[in-house]
Amino acid sequence: MNATATATASAAPVAEGARPLLEVNGIEVIYNHVILVLKGVSLAVPEGGIVALLGANGAGKTTTLKAVSNLLRAERGEVTKGLIEFRGERVDRMTPSELVKRGVIQVMEGRHCFAHLTVEDNLLTGAYTRGLSRAALRADLERVYEFFPRLKQRRASQAGYTSGGEQQMTAIGRALMARPSMILLDEPSMGLAPQIVEEIFEIVKNLNAKERVSFLLAEQNTMVALRFADFGYILENGRVVMEGSAHALSENEDVKEFYLGISTGGRKSFRETKHYRRRKRWLS
Amino acid sequence: MNIFQQKWMTGLLLAALAVGALAPMLSGVAGFPQWLEVVLGGLMSGVLYSLVALGLVLIFKASGVFNFAQGAMVLFAALTLVRLMEKMPFVVALAIAALVMVAIAWLVERLVLRPLVNQEGIVLFMATLGVAYFIDGIGQIIWGSDIYTLDIGMPKEPKILLEKTFEGGILVSMEDVIAAVIAAALVGALALFFQKTGTGRALRAVADDHQAAQSIGIPLGRIWVIVWSVSGLVALVAGIIWGSKLGVQFSLQLIALKALPVVILGGFTSIPGAILGGLIIGLGEKLSEVYLGPLLGGGIENWFAYVLALVFLLVRPEGLFGEKHIDRV
Repeated sequence: MNATATATASAAPVAEGARPLLEVNGIEVIYNHVILVLKGVSLAVPEGGIVALLGANGAGKTTTLKAVSNLLRAERGEVTKGLIEFRGERVDRMTPSELVKRGVIQVMEGRHCFAHLTVEDNLLTGAYTRGLSRAALRADLERVYEFFPRLKQRRASQAGYTSGGEQQMTAIGRALMARPSMILLDEPSMGLAPQIVEEIFEIVKNLNAKERVSFLLAEQNTMVALRFADFGYILENGRVVMEGSAHALSENEDVKEFYLGISTGGRKSFRETKHYRRRKRWLS
Repeated sequence: MNIFQQKWMTGLLLAALAVGALAPMLSGVAGFPQWLEVVLGGLMSGVLYSLVALGLVLIFKASGVFNFAQGAMVLFAALTLVRLMEKMPFVVALAIAALVMVAIAWLVERLVLRPLVNQEGIVLFMATLGVAYFIDGIGQIIWGSDIYTLDIGMPKEPKILLEKTFEGGILVSMEDVIAAVIAAALVGALALFFQKTGTGRALRAVADDHQAAQSIGIPLGRIWVIVWSVSGLVALVAGIIWGSKLGVQFSLQLIALKALPVVILGGFTSIPGAILGGLIIGLGEKLSEVYLGPLLGGGIENWFAYVLALVFLLVRPEGLFGEKHIDRV
């Protein structure tokens, strides 16, 4: 981490002395034994917080989330250094299924609904690890429908035929059926209209407030993410280059320029943008 | 979409099959009782094809793998049962054979599927090829390669039915009738299991998207053990019925090859499809053998199923009940 970067950021996301819900400490991830993707990423998510993981394509956001949820192994990735702890428990020996039982669930990039199952069946699969009775399942289903009224209307349609926004809702609702204390949300805005993105993030905020679900969300849409998150980390080339409260980050000049597309000098004419300096890198 | 894959082409094809099936009787080549006898015989052998196809569909649904080893599993199950029956009563032997099939499922998951998680379908298919040879070889080493007769007390004598309606009545093999009833019960139970239970839903979810299923905490390993066990048990049932019909021998494996056109016809992912496909193929084979055979010099039974499958691939590649590939644009 760079000294100038931290200077601009405010205090850590977790109060001094309090144990964070999730703590990632200097992890290194290698794919296929040779490709080094994460080069020492550290972050923390407090109980009941929304933490955004920002950065461009290939920065390592998804890899970080998958390292936490332990889905990396299926893609021949491996955490070779560092430690990930959820409620003070190491996650590296747990299977994804055990992690879901403990309350950590990932909503994957690109939604990954079960296309041939109905929306309702999709939601029901989320409760697989809990072994609920029929009545309890119904009650939980209603709870999810309260957050996503739109899904109730589409409950009987095959998920593959629903819109992108509805699929994203299905994916989040499905995760919710596992009664998680933490959702790892990967790229929820991908391929969605701005209005729908807004709707999804409202729901996330709502879930956070009403159900006390903590979120670690990876997003390329920095503007929206910083508006809804409490704290943010910026990843570049597999390293955290900057961290701070969402407010501090959105006020930061560099972030404004590189991630929000707002520069101090007002709008630049097309001619000027041609000579626009190369995107600044903190590390290169 | 090309012209062959229009909806009406499927209708046309099915209509043509129906006309072909009815033609011998309507044209007066065959009398009604004789035609009915052939039809019934065809349907019964169709049920048996369905049984093997069912095992294929189950595994394909839950893991997206075309299990080449299904035929070997049928043979191995039947062999195990027949050799155990030499030493103990049928019920005990049946229970042990069922346990053996579950053990095989567990081993396949441990040794073959788990190391290959998230690999291409073709890689998994090749792995099942290996499993087929392995089970085949192990079966011969442990149980020997002779032909054994499996007698579980099925009535061998055909019955004459409807003697009053038709002159001479029609001959029906009681063995086939019992087989059909067993198969129907099995199919009913499986359909309920898949549609109504949480595990069934998880199985369908895994079939759709491995990774997503894993991400919501469905343990893939356990699911695979379950499907391979169920399909092992289906193989056992198929092995018992076929074995008591034909004797337990190497050629039992080859009926799995007949199950391939059945699933192409019915759709790789559909249980009702496997049943209907089996019936159509069984029926078609018998009818064409009896009525077209003399015109073409016989031997139609051996290739009819494959030609029909070929036509279906052209007209309706996903099969009658297969899941359409959902593409979003």
